[in-house]
Amino acid sequence: MADLDELRTTFFEECEDLLDRLGSGLRELAGGAGAGPDDTVHAVFRAVHSIKGGAGAFGLDDLVGFAHLFETVLDGLRAGRTAMSPALAEDLLRAGDMLDDLVQASRDGAPPPAESLARAVAGLERHADGDGDDPLDDFVFEPVALQLDAPDTAPDTGAADPAIWTIDLAPAAAMYMNGNEPAALIAALAGLGPLQVAARTQGVVPLAGFDIDDPQLAWRITLAGDADRAAIDHLFDFVEGLARITVTRGAPDMAPQADPTGSAPPAAPAADEPAAAPPRPAAQPAPAAAPATVRVNLDRVDRLANLVGELVITESVLSQSLAAAGLASNGEIAGGLDRMRHLAGEIQESVMAIRAQPLRPVFQRMERVLREAAQATGKSARLVTTGADTEVDKTVIERLVDPLTHMIRNAVDHGLEDAATRRAAGKPEEGTITLTAAHRSGRVVIEIGDDGGGINRARVRGIAEDKGLVSPDAVLAPSEIDAILFMPGFSSKAEVSAVSGRGVGLDVVQREIQALGGRVGIASSEGAGSAFTISLPLTLAVLDGMVIEFCGQTMVLPLASVVETMGRADTTIRTTGTGGRMLATPGGLVPMIDLADRFGLRPPDTAGDPGVLVVIEGDDGSLVAVTADRILDQRQVVIKSVEDHCGAVPGISAATILGDGRIALILDPEALLHAAGAGPVAFAGGIA
Amino acid sequence: MTTAQPALAATMAAAPAAPPDEVVSFRVRDMDFCVGIGFVREIRGWTPATVLPEAQSYVTGVINLRGTVVAVIDLAARLGLGALDPGPRHVVLIVAIGERLVGLLADAVSDIMPLDADLVKPLPAQVAERTRAFLGAVVTLPDGRMLRMLDLARILPPSLGGLA
Repeated sequence: MADLDELRTTFFEECEDLLDRLGSGLRELAGGAGAGPDDTVHAVFRAVHSIKGGAGAFGLDDLVGFAHLFETVLDGLRAGRTAMSPALAEDLLRAGDMLDDLVQASRDGAPPPAESLARAVAGLERHADGDGDDPLDDFVFEPVALQLDAPDTAPDTGAADPAIWTIDLAPAAAMYMNGNEPAALIAALAGLGPLQVAARTQGVVPLAGFDIDDPQLAWRITLAGDADRAAIDHLFDFVEGLARITVTRGAPDMAPQADPTGSAPPAAPAADEPAAAPPRPAAQPAPAAAPATVRVNLDRVDRLANLVGELVITESVLSQSLAAAGLASNGEIAGGLDRMRHLAGEIQESVMAIRAQPLRPVFQRMERVLREAAQATGKSARLVTTGADTEVDKTVIERLVDPLTHMIRNAVDHGLEDAATRRAAGKPEEGTITLTAAHRSGRVVIEIGDDGGGINRARVRGIAEDKGLVSPDAVLAPSEIDAILFMPGFSSKAEVSAVSGRGVGLDVVQREIQALGGRVGIASSEGAGSAFTISLPLTLAVLDGMVIEFCGQTMVLPLASVVETMGRADTTIRTTGTGGRMLATPGGLVPMIDLADRFGLRPPDTAGDPGVLVVIEGDDGSLVAVTADRILDQRQVVIKSVEDHCGAVPGISAATILGDGRIALILDPEALLHAAGAGPVAFAGGIA
Repeated sequence: MTTAQPALAATMAAAPAAPPDEVVSFRVRDMDFCVGIGFVREIRGWTPATVLPEAQSYVTGVINLRGTVVAVIDLAARLGLGALDPGPRHVVLIVAIGERLVGLLADAVSDIMPLDADLVKPLPAQVAERTRAFLGAVVTLPDGRMLRMLDLARILPPSLGGLA
């Protein structure tokens, strides 16, 4: 049973890929773009078909039934019986979403969402083939396959001996790489009827010239008996796209590129075959272009990352001990250590790269989110994405889905105006939401923009005042008003809407992004739209840190929140009545925190020399100056969880391991700011 | 923390019913203690720990256990015997309590010995309240020595998933 579970898991993993392919194909179809509509329809059809095939093997009847109906409609489109129309495009997109939902439901063992399923089925049935058959009873594969298979021999098809199938099987390298065995396939075919197999060796080169990536060995199989075409195709489901397979009705000599004996190589070299081979509807484009991939459990990658981290530390401990033993000046030892450090660094980078994934799947999900949001609000909108290939750590990607979903909904619901307003403003009725990703100085920046009306600042301010978030006499700059959107409890729609409401606001988005070590920014221009910018670290596993020391303790401040550092001599410090101290800066007074006191390492030291001051900034723009004895270093540190084994520690977000193997705690700037009672600077005195 | 609790409750429930077959005995100050060998993951020499802010006084700090951050508890301080001044001669027993790893600072590990269930006795009434709170039972050895069996769940502070 364990094997079956494993297969099941693999199936659902493959479904994800197939659904991705399906999604992009459907969007291409809907947008009328793509590499020729035929190719796209075929690609979409194949994806649905593969899902159906797998689902059948696992007895997922709901999925099979729906996929089959879907296939039927696609088949009509493919054969030209149905014409593409906006209504069809919409129903297809909805069907794609539904298929996605059904796959999820099947994986989780949940019941299918009956209502939306019925809607999607009704949508598809409108477009199902007009040939009167109940599409669920009609296996559509057969007639079309024959038509497209062998156009040259099409007239012969009817006359061909119905009791003989000719199957050409030419495995590509990918088929062997996936562990498929041609002999097993042939043996399975033997189960359908008596067969004759001839190996086609004409392309096979002597062993010396053997190219493992370009296998030439092929087989021609003649299958007698009344085997069903569907049954034959079913056998090849698992190698679809991994081999060139043609199935033709009739004896070999009636089939194209006949090779009656198989032993007498025809003059045509194997290389010509692709051109001669008739396109089989279910054959994928040669997979050779895509690099080979393996699926690896994330735990294994994490373990590798951990071990490499240890290797780096061990190397640095070793080099310190060698230095202590006075051996560091030895050229050979120093050189060897250098090379080792270099290699360890490269391994570390490679491991991180394994975890990096393109943002594309998330972006594709957003297409659906947009579609649903547009439908729910009655607005018309399209999503324009750029930079979907930008790579980010897998864990970051997973945790981006919720905030992005929320922001896309928000952009449609609050950002875009309704059609009438847009017309009046001279904009196209269809709103445009842009989703852009790019790498910028070691971080990934994602921007969600809309071409709507921009933030109505007067209204935002009015609501904030009504809710008591801002005092009426506070003087706020436009950007400060924009920042109100992120304040907890602020929601600019009077009633909670089904689309972006749900009682949560942008403050939740901000919290989620901050939890990822990111920041959210906002820019808006009246009448032209708004743009939210999310800046994220590339990985959750490392952090750019400033290593500081105080009272003999070494700690790390995330560099992202450090605004500036200054020596004691350059600063003016004012004491407040309550014993607190403030740093006077050109921008105003900044509260100070004595880290040693904060962590109970020594009593508050109000008079002494604070050494250095590091000004850190919170995500809401508030500032606080922390004192330290000195700054040791600025470097990338590997983040280790403290919480796993030590529980949550106030003021500490994580830990890292220093070059000497000791642990340094990573300070949580937000907690420090919170402790300092530092509110957002803009609202100081303004918040009720 | 929520994940650790059920596991902990399970160890608690199992402890009195079936004493461990084998124990690791160690010394703290001049007293002998032991824990079931099943809890002990490894025993390592003392390495300087990094102070954990706002932790209880008996939490010496955190150490690097091959890339994992593990808190070390000073057993002497925890048992009210006065904090140890750890040096290279001290040892840290890494014990697993549920999903969580914790280091126990001790003077020395004495022995790993099989345990005869008959030797495990409930605590005598005269044991001081403070010490009593952390002990599950006592083991009287044939040579007259007495091993105090630690109740690990009670040794840990609540912030580390202990029972307060």
